[in-house]
Amino acid sequence: MKRLEKLVSIKDLPEAPVSNVPSLNQKTGTWRVFRPIVDKEKCIKCSICWRCCPDISIEIDNEGFPIINYDYCKGCGICAHECPKTAISMDREGK
Amino acid sequence: MIEIRFHGRGGQGAVVASNILADAAFKEGKYVQAFPYFGVERRGAPVTSFTRIDKDPIKIKSQVYKPNYIVVLDPTLMNVTDVTSGLDKDGIVLINSDKYPKYYNLSFKTATVDATSIAIENKLGSRMAPIVNTSILGAFAKISGEVMLESIVLAIKESAPSKKEENIKAAKQAYEKTIM
Amino acid sequence: MVKKIMTGNIAAAWGARLSRAEVIAAYPITPQTIIVEKLAQFVSDGELKAEYLHVESEHSAMAACIAASQTGARTFTATSSQGLVLMHELLHWASGARAPIVMANVNRALAPPWSVWVEHTDMMSQRDTGWIQFYAESNQEVLDTTIMCYKLCEDKDIQLPAMIGLDAFYLSHTSEIVDIPDQEKVDKFLPKFEPAYPLDVENPLSIGSLSMPHQWYPEFRYKIQEAMERVIPKLNKIEEEFYKEFGRKYTGPLELYNTEDAEVVLIISGAATGTVKETVDILRKKGIKVGVIRLRMFRPFPSDYLVKALSKISFIGVIDRSFSFGHEGAIYSEIKASLYGLNAPLIKNFIVGMGGRDITTDTITKIYENCFSCLKNNKIDIPVEWIDIKV
Ligand code: SF4
Ligand code: SF4
Repeated sequence: MKRLEKLVSIKDLPEAPVSNVPSLNQKTGTWRVFRPIVDKEKCIKCSICWRCCPDISIEIDNEGFPIINYDYCKGCGICAHECPKTAISMDREGK
Repeated sequence: MIEIRFHGRGGQGAVVASNILADAAFKEGKYVQAFPYFGVERRGAPVTSFTRIDKDPIKIKSQVYKPNYIVVLDPTLMNVTDVTSGLDKDGIVLINSDKYPKYYNLSFKTATVDATSIAIENKLGSRMAPIVNTSILGAFAKISGEVMLESIVLAIKESAPSKKEENIKAAKQAYEKTIM
Repeated sequence: MVKKIMTGNIAAAWGARLSRAEVIAAYPITPQTIIVEKLAQFVSDGELKAEYLHVESEHSAMAACIAASQTGARTFTATSSQGLVLMHELLHWASGARAPIVMANVNRALAPPWSVWVEHTDMMSQRDTGWIQFYAESNQEVLDTTIMCYKLCEDKDIQLPAMIGLDAFYLSHTSEIVDIPDQEKVDKFLPKFEPAYPLDVENPLSIGSLSMPHQWYPEFRYKIQEAMERVIPKLNKIEEEFYKEFGRKYTGPLELYNTEDAEVVLIISGAATGTVKETVDILRKKGIKVGVIRLRMFRPFPSDYLVKALSKISFIGVIDRSFSFGHEGAIYSEIKASLYGLNAPLIKNFIVGMGGRDITTDTITKIYENCFSCLKNNKIDIPVEWIDIKV
């Protein structure tokens, strides 16, 4: 199946609206204006931020700290807002 | 085409009776249709069901208004329902009753059979709620000549979920004991 | 092949069983019918190898069917009236996702007031959902159409869902003689479902994700219509094949009865057609030239077929067992539109049998008489007339 974005005519379309382009191709990191940064000193590894991220852009490392994937983090700030220890700051990009 | 209307109370098996009769006629190579009055069936509530039998395919899909036969599964319905409504002037009324037909003093040919006693004797249903449908069908074969008793027996054999032998015996006894 | 006495409900269940439905999802409460109980029994007795899902609503039943269908399972469900309208949102989803689900719908009136009796409003109000719609006249047709629908819907050129309407009580609870085809023959007629785009974890796909206005939304909708346009030709072929295999003939989207030389023709759908045919026989014996056309299919709407069938008719009476409030009967609207710009005959709409009001040979005779009197005056008295209203 061709990738939908490569299609030019209705004749190229599959019969049903299916796509084999994974959403991983959609790098939402380019949308970011503010960048979340975790302060490991303050972090208590509660993983609330991990649960709240709407773009599944946070992973937990071996030690239990959150790691933010900036390819996909869109900078919405929900993690920072929900962190009980204000361990995540939102810094303007490109500063 | 002949049309039969059954009157019973919910739980007595009027709907099943209309189906078994249809099945019996079908086994004789006829075209058939059977259906309940399109009502809400509740135990004890008056229930009506119909059978149509014809040598040709049956097209009509409306209710029966002018039946050739009326079969009454419960004698108490005689007082509460106008059971003979629409009956053809040459039609026959068959009543489950321990009375003689003339007791009912109807202006139609009338037959009676004590299907309740026959059902109880054969342990069909309970004493309080005997299931009389198979007995009454034996009587119907006798008074109508529209289906053979053997076909009724065959249809019961195939469709009765339990007590096949008792149901068959009841039909045969009723066939013998019907008075007209 | 074995002939048995059975109700329309049981015939529908047999249709799904013989088609080897693999997933059945249903919500078992009123107005649900014996169809899904019978299927549950088939599954629990091991006579049908299917996944039977008890869900919490008809909406969920359809959601489950869509997902199952997209993994490549042949999927069946049954519903009726309120249940069907509760599915409405997901009916659109099913056709949009091109899931070839087959569903039996016992046609019943909608509440309030409560009514479990026949009417077609439940299905008529789903006409824009992208489902193919059949209305059956007999229990045999319910069974046969179910099998044929899988072949039709799963065809790579179609990939659309279909619903088969069976009139409440007049079919659903009425016992008739039904010929149950041999499983072997059905297997030969209906091969296994091969989905075009199966959901498979090894080979991931997403279905139905966002399409921006500049992307492909209108094109996917257009494709549904293109598929709809292929339905009737495909159906004709499938019916031909069915006839060869099983010896029962179906006549495409329309069934014509004594229309050849008829002056007045009624158009109707569903079980009451039988009563109209009976009336036609009675009137024909008196030398009155009447006929009837049964609309077996409402979507896609067979305009071309109707135009052809009606070309020599002087008067058309359209019977709708449903109503589009604020307007007229839906079949009437469609037929008028089909005849637009042509040399159309006189045409009148009769609204009959709502909420299960019995349609008798007397009712139909009255309607034919009414048509003849309009024809004589060359004028329609009341364009949309409700019949048998107690005034
Ligand atoms: S800013 Fe938003 S997207 Fe980025 S990691 Fe936090 S919650 Fe996720
Ligand atoms: S919510 Fe805050 S404290 Fe909890 S894991 Fe995330 S950064 Fe650490």
